[in-house]
Amino acid sequence: MTVTWATHEADYFDRSEPLVPGAVVLDEEIAPRAGWSAVVRAGHVLTLVDVGGNQSGDCLIFDAADHDERYSVQSTLAAQRNAYLVEGSVLMSNEGHPLMTIVGNEVERQDTIGGACSKESNTLRYGHHTLFHHACRENFLLEGAQHGLGPRDLVSNINWFMNVPVEADGTLGIVDGMSAPGKRVALRAERDVLVVISNCPQVNNPCNDFNPTPLRVVVTDPGVAA
Amino acid sequence: MTQDLGAGRRASTATLAQARDDARGRADTAVEAMPYLPPSSSPYAPEGVDPGTLVWAETVGGPGYTHATVARGTRIRLEDVTGDACAHVVLHSALNRGERLNVADTQKIPWQAYLGQGHPLLSGDGRVLATVVADTAEGHHDAFCGVTTLAGNAARYGAGEAHAATAAGRELLLLAAAKEGLEPRDLPPSVSFFKGVRVAPTGALEWTGAAGPGASIDLVAEMPLTILIANAAHPLDPAEGYRSGPLRVHAWAAAASAPSDPWWSATPERTRAYLNTQQHLLARGIR
Repeated sequence: MTVTWATHEADYFDRSEPLVPGAVVLDEEIAPRAGWSAVVRAGHVLTLVDVGGNQSGDCLIFDAADHDERYSVQSTLAAQRNAYLVEGSVLMSNEGHPLMTIVGNEVERQDTIGGACSKESNTLRYGHHTLFHHACRENFLLEGAQHGLGPRDLVSNINWFMNVPVEADGTLGIVDGMSAPGKRVALRAERDVLVVISNCPQVNNPCNDFNPTPLRVVVTDPGVAA
Repeated sequence: MTQDLGAGRRASTATLAQARDDARGRADTAVEAMPYLPPSSSPYAPEGVDPGTLVWAETVGGPGYTHATVARGTRIRLEDVTGDACAHVVLHSALNRGERLNVADTQKIPWQAYLGQGHPLLSGDGRVLATVVADTAEGHHDAFCGVTTLAGNAARYGAGEAHAATAAGRELLLLAAAKEGLEPRDLPPSVSFFKGVRVAPTGALEWTGAAGPGASIDLVAEMPLTILIANAAHPLDPAEGYRSGPLRVHAWAAAASAPSDPWWSATPERTRAYLNTQQHLLARGIR
């Protein structure tokens, strides 16, 4: 069987534009299967564009000045009393403080239950032949190392553009996505934050439609005209 | 409310001899929340368990915390004595503290968000740290909400410090972690036993509460394990006041999971998780 490891360019790609206007602070593309990180200043808005459609962007967020304070899926879900992220969801830290807020969202719901893929968990999910497939945990470790972060700093993350429903009996898992080329999510930083994104390399489940594609990251400053 | 802590002034302590006599006279006081030493002397030894095999026996106050590093094959029973306990648990491999509970994998890999008998508690390294081998709380557990925070409890109850009567779960876990040589970064998401939450079709998190007094769960350590436990009110507990009650802990030498256990082969994902664990330990000479 031939596996598509990634598509870097295609005529259906839609790189869209920032969801919240303002002076562009940063505009970068995360290649398929690659990691990325940057500090986003308080008040700035990060727009993530799903260029090829249904491409999971695994995301961790840290307080830029104190990496011990970081995104907590559990604080976030408990605070909003809902398992899914939508527009208005506040992404909370492990200390119960807002890190970022979803100020724009073009897919029905965003996932933060499914966690990141890893070479190790691939062996459980798909068999031991997948041990050598590249994975988000690898990207998190390499990208995090640039900021002094290691395995002890990896926590349950957000998966932008990924779809993880929970059924009544507790069955949960990754199913076909609800996104499309050019769909966006926009996050306003509530303090200076370090954002780490893995452009998910997974090719054993539908989180990337079995075809990793690029993500575009644009950071804008809404306080300054474009 | 005055709580009997077995403390307070009892006699004159003006001289060293008096102070020493007073200090020594305080021993042999029994209160609700205390460890039992040796563990075989526990007044609450689980039925059917040879007290001589106990390695840890304790009642943790609510709120309170405890922690231990245990051998592979240790069976740990947590009991919600009054129906008001909530045991927030974090696990680390004692062989490598970077390997610890991964709640996302614990839910995703078994394709099951709700904890119950046979559920593996997985690390982020594709291995089983511990298995829930018995559950009389009938699934009144939660892996979505984690612990309360200092900021959250200060807002809701007026205080959340570890020394407060309304202590936040995270503050207690930070202390438990520190006692095991761990740092704040070593606290990943936790799992909560004895207080249930379910996900509605809308995604809403719905409180299902406690199973009632006397409910218990048994964990088996699948590798040398550090366990951190905070007994503190659940973040979604709808009670007007801070709800917490005593948590009883008993652990004894038993056996790690084996291929003959039904949960070993319950799903192909779990089988591979146990195989990974087995190989990891084999390489270290641990059987």
